[in-house]
Amino acid sequence: MKFGIVVFPGSNCDEDAFHAAKEVFGQEAEYLWHKDADLKGADVVILPGGFAHGDYLRTGAMARFSPIMNPVRAFAERGGPVLGICNGFQILLEAGLLPGAMLRNKGLQYRCEHVHIRVEQTDTPFTSGASAGTVLRIPIGHGEGNYFAPPDVLQQLEASRQVVFRYTDAQGRIDEAANPNGSVNAIAGICSQQRNVVGMMPHPERACEALLGGVDGCAIFASVLRWVGSPLKV
Amino acid sequence: MRARVFVTLKPSVFDPQGQTIADALHSLGYGNVADVRQGKYFELDLATTEASAARALAAEVADKVLANPVIESYRIEVD
Repeated sequence: MKFGIVVFPGSNCDEDAFHAAKEVFGQEAEYLWHKDADLKGADVVILPGGFAHGDYLRTGAMARFSPIMNPVRAFAERGGPVLGICNGFQILLEAGLLPGAMLRNKGLQYRCEHVHIRVEQTDTPFTSGASAGTVLRIPIGHGEGNYFAPPDVLQQLEASRQVVFRYTDAQGRIDEAANPNGSVNAIAGICSQQRNVVGMMPHPERACEALLGGVDGCAIFASVLRWVGSPLKV
Repeated sequence: MRARVFVTLKPSVFDPQGQTIADALHSLGYGNVADVRQGKYFELDLATTEASAARALAAEVADKVLANPVIESYRIEVD
């Protein structure tokens, strides 16, 4: 299967995502420049981390106007799997492909460390191979990951099981000390109502090789391979 | 015409930057500063001479770009 990795001016995790898809999982992968008008036949689209368009105004605010977002939106509406990681998650929120918004981290610190997240839902393309309740150890690196949604939207998210990942301690318990940014309901990742668009603040692409300190991010990539129906070619 | 757009977090949204500034002011002895909310300020030069058109245009760009309606509200002044 083919991964399409969107590159905005200011993206800086595009090569990590490309490496994970191509070298770790042996899949086809291609960069999609933000001015491109089509997805070049990608089966899955990743919006990587970084600082798209310098994150001027608000994180992700400018990127949603990039031409590539038109085919990304159409792909998402057709049910295509789209994963936004970190800045990619922020872009999906600004583009209205996922509900809510990001605020500055509680405490105002840029947090760059490994965190634990618990898999809450397994009926998304990016968690289909995981078990509910599994705790993954994956790195974060962000200053604006404090997920916020108004009470009515939050209630809707919970009721329709759209919270895909929550920050927990190593044992999978929700604990304020384990929430690195103050996100409401300890939310680390959510999906769309259709469930095919997923946004997450932690970086699974940085956790796919033991050399890099952990392999828990493999669960995300293995899930989407399984979901699209391609056998592992490692 | 010129429009000034003030964008702030909605009252229901926690403002960690404003809170930090308020805490700093309190530690400097400004106990009478009860609260601080931080925001953004934009000056728009508009190619129109009508105040109502200027206000409408400023509101349109505020809705579309300058503010995120999920977390922010805005106020416009025109002259």
